[in-house]
Amino acid sequence: MKRVLMICAIITVLTTVGIVYVLFSESFSFFQQVSLWDFLTDTKWSPISTEKHFGILPLLSGTLLTTFIAMIFAVPMGITIAIYLSEYAPKKFRYYIKPLLEILAAIPTVVYGFFALTVVTPFLQGYIPGLAGFNALSAGLVMGIMIIPMISSLSEDALYAVPKSLREGAYGMGSTRLQTSFNVILPAASSGIIVSVILAFARAVGETMIVTVAAGNMANLTADPRETVATITAFIVNMSTGDVPQNSIEYQTIFAAGVTLFVFTFLLNSISFYIKKRFQEKYD
Amino acid sequence: MTSAEKNRIKDKLFGYFGLACTLFGIIMLLVFLSDIVMKGWEKVDFDFLTNYSSSRPKKAGIYPALAGTLWILGLTALIAIPIGIAAGIYFEEYAKKSKMANFLEINLANLAGVPSIIYGLLGLQIFVRSLNFGASILAGACTLALLILPIIIVSTREALKAVPDSIRQASYGMGANTWQTIWHQVLPASAGGIITGIILAISRAIGETAPLIVIGAATYITYIPEGPMDKFTVLPMQVYDWIGMPDPEFAKNAAGGIIILLLITFLLNGIAVYLRNRWQKKVKW
Repeated sequence: MKRVLMICAIITVLTTVGIVYVLFSESFSFFQQVSLWDFLTDTKWSPISTEKHFGILPLLSGTLLTTFIAMIFAVPMGITIAIYLSEYAPKKFRYYIKPLLEILAAIPTVVYGFFALTVVTPFLQGYIPGLAGFNALSAGLVMGIMIIPMISSLSEDALYAVPKSLREGAYGMGSTRLQTSFNVILPAASSGIIVSVILAFARAVGETMIVTVAAGNMANLTADPRETVATITAFIVNMSTGDVPQNSIEYQTIFAAGVTLFVFTFLLNSISFYIKKRFQEKYD
Repeated sequence: MTSAEKNRIKDKLFGYFGLACTLFGIIMLLVFLSDIVMKGWEKVDFDFLTNYSSSRPKKAGIYPALAGTLWILGLTALIAIPIGIAAGIYFEEYAKKSKMANFLEINLANLAGVPSIIYGLLGLQIFVRSLNFGASILAGACTLALLILPIIIVSTREALKAVPDSIRQASYGMGANTWQTIWHQVLPASAGGIITGIILAISRAIGETAPLIVIGAATYITYIPEGPMDKFTVLPMQVYDWIGMPDPEFAKNAAGGIIILLLITFLLNGIAVYLRNRWQKKVKW
């Protein structure tokens, strides 16, 4: 029986091996035709035009732009909610509100995309002149709403794990809840909170449908959130819906973009895993 | 004003700010749901559920997409549940504190963080092309099964971890071996947690769009799939397709599709939350 169970566990390893193998073998043929230097420094990305360019920078900037908008919005909100729920809110309130917040995380992302495109963008266009129909801002903000519950619930777990004695010590010195939260609890829970932020960051980088639907599909090296951009993920989706012959350079660009995304999220996940392991047993 | 008073005011203000932030999330959720319902409610009727896709928005329905979603759901569950539970048991009950266990752990943490679209690339190359499944239900289900496997494994482990060691020791004391202990004591005691995790994982799989687009699932299907090798489309893909249509009338169809999609998602999540609460209340060691 142990053997059977072990084989099932090993499937997870095979999945990783499969991902790495598929991404790197297909990208290998890509990088035989396009030099890694061009890939990383060319400022244009136009794999299906007549004049082909294969610079990942415009896609990377689109990804980072939408991600940063989401993070600027979601990190302060998420951490504030976590502090409020763990240090301020009555128990009953917390009991009912948490599942409601978790619903936000359960909504399929294509639905968020629809929301960004048909509600948030028209609303913002009333206030922000020059906001394109597909833009990084709406996609980023809605992505922020999506990752708020992720940050707030992981951060709250971290805050909750801080021993009661620390809290009581601070209250005993005459601190208010605010002072206790920011000077005692937050620093003590910092590793857990950093982990939640990094995981949310990785999630935003890999998020696909919101940006595909609402941010557009135009590789654009810009930092202007009003403009149409394309993220790495949106490019992969749009390329997949078209008819691209297998083994062509166009087909391989999907994997070159995929490998960039994978390396990125892999690094973020590894950092968060390291922090988690390193600081886990601080209070045990 | 003394500094103590100032601090107390700041404390109060932050309390209100925190409440406002929390409510903001809930309000966004409500705005969002009411907008969808207003746009799509008129669409949701019997015809919408039983009509095939069409280029005319008034006639277009979600029947093939709904059938495809059910197929994908069933097959994904069939593949992912046994493997996920088995792997979870191995991780938690057998592979404790070895180098191998450590490696498996790091690997699992990383897999859980891989973006879903990357699973699509894996599925495209392995299931669709190398194993020659084509853009079939089987290929889609295999891809999604790999995607939700880490979720099932992690939640199974959490559930197993919650069973106190005294139960295991008592079982060993009666002369049971490791597998007998797991099968007769640990698994029944942790079933609630495991099932909750499975339902949440399945609900995640239902909403996935990107990996299925990448493996080349069709958006325009004019028949009901009859076997695992048939081509298919699913609800979120149908919605995505409608969002991209130039005719604004299709936005209503998209909203209608979203209503059905959300109903399924909320139903599954509701069951999961209910089971979790019931299980937490009942089991007090």
